[in-house]
Amino acid sequence: MSTLTNKLWRNHGGLHLPEHKTISTQQPVQCLSAANLPELVIPLLQHARFYPEPVVKVGNNVYKGQALAKAKGYSSLPIHASTSGQIIAIEPRPIPHLSGLNDTCIILKPDGLDTWTPERLEPLANYTDYTAERLRQRICGAGIVGLGGAVFPAALKLETQGTALHTLIINGAECEPYITCDDMLMREKAQEIIAGIQIILHIFHEHTDPKGLHCLIGIEDNKPEALQAMQQTLAHSQDSRIQVVAIPTIYPSGGEKQLIHILTGREVPSGQRPLNVGILCHNVATTRAIYRAVVLGEPLISRYVTITGSGIKAPQNVEVPLGMPIKHLIAAAGGYTQHQPALVMGGPMMGINLANDTLPVVKATNCILVEAAIQPPPALPCIRCGKCADVCPVSLLPQQLYWHARARHLDALEHHHLFDCIECGCCSYVCPSHIPLVDYYRFAKGEVLKQRETQEKAELARARHEFRQERLERLKREKAEKLAQHKKASQEPTAPSSEVDSKKVAIQAALDRVKAKKSPAPSVSEDKPA
Amino acid sequence: MIFGARTSTFITGTNHLSQLMLQVIYALVPATLVVLYFFGWGLVSNLLLSLIFALGLEASFLKLRQRPISPALQDLSITVTAWLLALALPPYAPWWLILVAMLFAVIIAKHLYGGLGYNPFNPAMVGYAAVLVSFPLQMTLWPAPLQSGFGNIDFIQALQSVFASPIPRWDAYTQATPLDHAKVNLGLGKTLAEIFQQPPFNGLGSPPIAVVNLAYLLGGLWLIYKRVISWHIPSAMLGAIAVLAGIFWLINPNQYPSPAFHLFSGATMLGAFFIATDPVTASTTLRGKLIYAAGIGGLVWVIRTWGSYPDGVAFAVLFMNMTAPLLDQYTQPRVYGKRGKR
Repeated sequence: MSTLTNKLWRNHGGLHLPEHKTISTQQPVQCLSAANLPELVIPLLQHARFYPEPVVKVGNNVYKGQALAKAKGYSSLPIHASTSGQIIAIEPRPIPHLSGLNDTCIILKPDGLDTWTPERLEPLANYTDYTAERLRQRICGAGIVGLGGAVFPAALKLETQGTALHTLIINGAECEPYITCDDMLMREKAQEIIAGIQIILHIFHEHTDPKGLHCLIGIEDNKPEALQAMQQTLAHSQDSRIQVVAIPTIYPSGGEKQLIHILTGREVPSGQRPLNVGILCHNVATTRAIYRAVVLGEPLISRYVTITGSGIKAPQNVEVPLGMPIKHLIAAAGGYTQHQPALVMGGPMMGINLANDTLPVVKATNCILVEAAIQPPPALPCIRCGKCADVCPVSLLPQQLYWHARARHLDALEHHHLFDCIECGCCSYVCPSHIPLVDYYRFAKGEVLKQRETQEKAELARARHEFRQERLERLKREKAEKLAQHKKASQEPTAPSSEVDSKKVAIQAALDRVKAKKSPAPSVSEDKPA
Repeated sequence: MIFGARTSTFITGTNHLSQLMLQVIYALVPATLVVLYFFGWGLVSNLLLSLIFALGLEASFLKLRQRPISPALQDLSITVTAWLLALALPPYAPWWLILVAMLFAVIIAKHLYGGLGYNPFNPAMVGYAAVLVSFPLQMTLWPAPLQSGFGNIDFIQALQSVFASPIPRWDAYTQATPLDHAKVNLGLGKTLAEIFQQPPFNGLGSPPIAVVNLAYLLGGLWLIYKRVISWHIPSAMLGAIAVLAGIFWLINPNQYPSPAFHLFSGATMLGAFFIATDPVTASTTLRGKLIYAAGIGGLVWVIRTWGSYPDGVAFAVLFMNMTAPLLDQYTQPRVYGKRGKR
């Protein structure tokens, strides 16, 4: 084990929330098979940024692990078939997204054989033999995203940007109530996580800070089993660069910037990436996916999902093939206890409400929460008690933001750092007037962005207009100048100032001479020999 | 299965506005009991009339403004305002005095600005200041503690005092308050040593009002313990009074009363824990709270020492209420990842 100091820093604010975690950690993780399902719904876009391009057609037979869509340009990712079967449709379907809108999905009808593709990615077991670029290509080709929830392409995040890396932080905090998929993953797959960390450390071996590169695995102290499993595995691996650190259980210490501050005391400057200060942060599940992609040549086609809440008969964690409709997960967990009106993807603080349970599991799905609908009491007036400011992990003044959001004071909102809000929901949780504060901030962010866009458009239009005016005037001026020049040239004989002029002069002189020759002049005849 | 649509967060804490207000009322219980002991029916009538007028005015104004009535009454904010005013007004106050105070507090200070949360000035203090300026005679007629308690003035006499004219020989029951007495006599050129030998001090300081202040302090500390209020405002306000009073007391103890006298006289503790801490009208940032409350403390001492009123909590609070938005603007905390102060 490493001899690094274990000093922890305290974040501003935060909350102790009721955890509800133990209800879903009582059983080992069940591996669900997609082989016998009527269909899998695989949305094209399961990551932040750009769409991939489908490479299969309706009617094609595909193997498990075969690419269904390939990356189109920079920062788009491929998607893969989670099982073998036939493509029966490529059409818009509802996707698990906040908007509740439809998006293009590839519909796969499993053939029940679950046959792996013969063209599997080549396992790179001796990954140290390969360049960082080759490994990044593999991670991109396997369709790996940040599995903590942001679904940012992992390969993009692993790009060295000139800044030398000194600390790799692995996020095992899992601070939201109910969610336990990372907990179970650390208990059961600690070895794969550690191996994934070593791959990331290798990718950065040429961009390491001169003082060295070390890795801190931050895990909240409400997960003793996971801490123990990770520590034991680490002891076996004897990698002195890596260290497991237990951090206090305070929501939202699993936020990237919050965890970085807790473990290193450093703040990521507003609007910048952690790598700007030599720090990189990855989630434990992403790390494991990187291991499987590099060493086993397996694309990202399944993930751990927690199915929990009082609306579920047997809450537990399952490993789910991507694209499986949520109702099958719920059936695997014993079904609903009674009619439960709230279905949430993610945790109760930052999750998104799902309209129905036929939506598929995607790369971003870490938890399916079915809970008795908590109808919030009607919102009362804000009395500026400041409890929200006490708990804000970013030290914002939520009551002021609320005030300005209501009044649509967009400038004042930016002055109060609206865009540093991480939407963790602490303020909404503690508000004695039960005001849905985060909703106001989301709305305000949208308004500000809309205004910026309008301004930019107006600015562009103005610039174009001015440019056009200038061009028209210039043309007019040039035309006038030319005209003036012509007039000038036609009025008075030009001085032999330029080459053209001298030629003209020469021509004129020659013509004169010819004229002189033709016209009988006494002097000339005198010259002639008689 | 189809589910309802909502956005996160999906869980809420157990905090509730009415619960906060209820805790403030609980914290007022010790002081209420002490005042009840000293002034008897005088406080009972004040409390009852204040509550009736306040709730009535609040309900009718909500109706006039076409706002839901019962949630606003259930949040107990108006009850707290009425309770505070009942304690601040002189016991046995005539009904019309209480009504005028409530008209200012509920209508002018609160509803004309948009109701709870939108009022820039503390409603209870607006009501108090309005009657203090308009009816100085009635406002300075404080009955003497104990002499006007349950034993000496019965229910019928109390009713008479409140609804008709002052009871006969009312003078026998009234007495200048300690702050008033000290101020008047200092103005006559006496030294504090001499003043403290006379009634109402009789060489003992001012026990009844000091006990009332202690009761407010007790309730206030419980509010801090329960995290209903933070320590910043009371400590900055009391600290500012103590420091200013201390400096001048050290320079000339015969002319300037001690910090202890200031802290335990008049409405100091009521102001520090229950009035200045009104979140709606106070600054909300930590540094803002400190400046805001220190300003109140300083003004209280200045008004008491050089102003024409014996006590200055109401005016000091109203004056600093004006500065709260500005303080909030310029004392924003440093946000994560931002360099410099803001």
